[in-house]
Amino acid sequence: MDTIVLSVFVFSLNCCFSCKLLRKTCTLPPIFCSAELQSPGNVLPNFLTLIISLCMLPFFLFESLILNVFHRPGVNRAYRTPQLPWATLRMEMGAKEKNQELYKPYTNGIIAKEPPSSLQQEILELRGSANGLRSEPEFEMADIFYFCRRGVESIVDDEVTKRFSAQELESWNLLTRSNYNFRHISLRLTVLWGLGILIRYGVLLPLRVTLAVTGICLLLVLTTLVAFLPNAELRSYLSEKVHLMCYRICVRALTAIITYHNSENKPKNGGICVANHTTPIDVIILANDGCYSLVGQVHGGLMGMVQRAMVKSSSHIWFERSEVKDRHLVAKRLGDHVADKTKQPILVFPEGTCINNTSVMMFKKGSFEIGCTVYPVAIKYDPRFGDAFWNSSKFGMVSYLLRMMSSWAIVCSVWYLPPMNREEGEDAVQFANRVKAAIAAQGGLVDLIWDGGLKRAKVKDVFKEEQQKLYSKVLVGDSEDQMEDKCSEDGTAEGDESSKDPTEGQ
Amino acid sequence: MGSSSSSTERIPDAQELMQETGFSAAHLVRLYERFEFLDKDDRGELRLDDFEAVSELAMNPIGDRIIGAFFSPGRETVDFPSFVRILAHFRPTDTNRTRNGRNGAQPEPANSRTSKLKFAFQLYDQDRDGKVSREELLQVLRMMLEMQVTEEQLQSIAERAIQEADLDRDDAISFDEFKKSLEKVDIEHKMSVRFLE
Repeated sequence: MDTIVLSVFVFSLNCCFSCKLLRKTCTLPPIFCSAELQSPGNVLPNFLTLIISLCMLPFFLFESLILNVFHRPGVNRAYRTPQLPWATLRMEMGAKEKNQELYKPYTNGIIAKEPPSSLQQEILELRGSANGLRSEPEFEMADIFYFCRRGVESIVDDEVTKRFSAQELESWNLLTRSNYNFRHISLRLTVLWGLGILIRYGVLLPLRVTLAVTGICLLLVLTTLVAFLPNAELRSYLSEKVHLMCYRICVRALTAIITYHNSENKPKNGGICVANHTTPIDVIILANDGCYSLVGQVHGGLMGMVQRAMVKSSSHIWFERSEVKDRHLVAKRLGDHVADKTKQPILVFPEGTCINNTSVMMFKKGSFEIGCTVYPVAIKYDPRFGDAFWNSSKFGMVSYLLRMMSSWAIVCSVWYLPPMNREEGEDAVQFANRVKAAIAAQGGLVDLIWDGGLKRAKVKDVFKEEQQKLYSKVLVGDSEDQMEDKCSEDGTAEGDESSKDPTEGQ
Repeated sequence: MGSSSSSTERIPDAQELMQETGFSAAHLVRLYERFEFLDKDDRGELRLDDFEAVSELAMNPIGDRIIGAFFSPGRETVDFPSFVRILAHFRPTDTNRTRNGRNGAQPEPANSRTSKLKFAFQLYDQDRDGKVSREELLQVLRMMLEMQVTEEQLQSIAERAIQEADLDRDDAISFDEFKKSLEKVDIEHKMSVRFLE
């Protein structure tokens, strides 16, 4: 349907220009022609626009055809390995000649980390190798080795900082955006890759930018138009269609090939949809398949205009910068929204910041305190076609979007997970962790307890105190256990009393 | 092993470093990548705040001491050779070295048992006078335990530790006494970081 609208739009543009052109050649009274049209210099730009728009039309049809074809499951797999067989063979042969390793075994890191045993276990092991059967807890000079080794391990490879930069790929292929990890195998391959760059930047990028601009313009215009309708039902129906159409155009602008799994679990009204956050494009990818209410800060400029336009025809929740800090206000507004069953589900990214799609970091508990049904969604991008992660410290929004639009394609999978509710006796944090584990398991991501806010802030002292507490238990805590044993030995009556107390306490 | 010398070209004095530290070319390249990653401003050297950005290190009770070990006395930056030389201490000990074959001419390898012990000793001995005094021991204990124990408990722990290890009764632990008290500890394993191939 959107192809039709787009085609009509472009066709009408063409008509306008061709009319202007026709008027020039016919002999019409001068009042119908504006003065500027009479100068010959204007014919060329008009022709150019006409030709470009005529060319774009088949491009739109072509793209929609391609995308429809590739949405069929069988073909999707074929598209995923489009490396020319010839090129692969050549690379392998070249690697054998030079005796190099072509496929680096995928290393999760530089060092092999031992399976995490507790601090207590490790230190006792350390001591156990020193003295035979000393059970008295005391400080040993050797204890420092444990902390020392952990410290050096984290200098060489730690779990957190590498999540805030783009994921490293095992091998370089012709679809890679950059020449990172590039090995010069042969001239032909390099030329082919260079040709790829030309196509991406010279052909695909301008067409996509035009599409994106068209999409945004349509969104602004149509949502404003829909807002004028008096009938509320018709308005919400049309606004849904309008939103979906505009998001589909934006998806085409990025050439995003999305596979939706388990659509029966799609979020319903009166719930909250949570997903892992990799890039601002996540919103477009999810909104392509269903209507959501977005939550966010009010922006200025173009974003602000888009926000205001969207609010006119459907309800979204935009916060002023000052209101963001007020957690009660935020919770109240979200709560009111989900209580109203006619309103669309809210889309929230609880991580709070963009992570590089290899892991899921701590979920902020705010959206889990509201007490409604949570619909988890896992989004996983295929890194071979284009790196979707937005490294906000390296790229601004505009340069990020340009990079996206000059990739080959953005291939991703979206899994809708079954809805979850908070269980009895579970607090918001535990619920959030449960949802996070489910999303990580489905998307094949690493489940981390670390806070995404560590991108910018330092680690809180609480963590260091935890470590100190654990260590002090090894030194001193054991003596407390010994005291308890002594008490229970003194008399069974006392033992019964002490065992009764905890139950009374509850 | 295939020579990936093209990638070690970026690293200054790569061959010497490999000789000195015993790291393979592949490991050196990975460490160089890590060095560049930690060096956020592309200065070619690391400063204190680059180390402090590593979250897992910030939560380590003796994190500051470990960071301090990378900086030579008086210097405020760490360049790549110094970075690698310190990390060389944590390479697993080469088990196929013959103990008898050591003549005085060969320098002690960085990852030998003695070198690892020396590294740990220096974490205690901040003023580098060759002895760990009671005060220095208390400082380390304070870092590892901070709020969790009282001052008296700290004092008694330190007292006991010194009494056990101090053999010549000079109220301080020298390097040899340190070595002796750790005779039976499996240092080769516990003070080593296994680098992946």
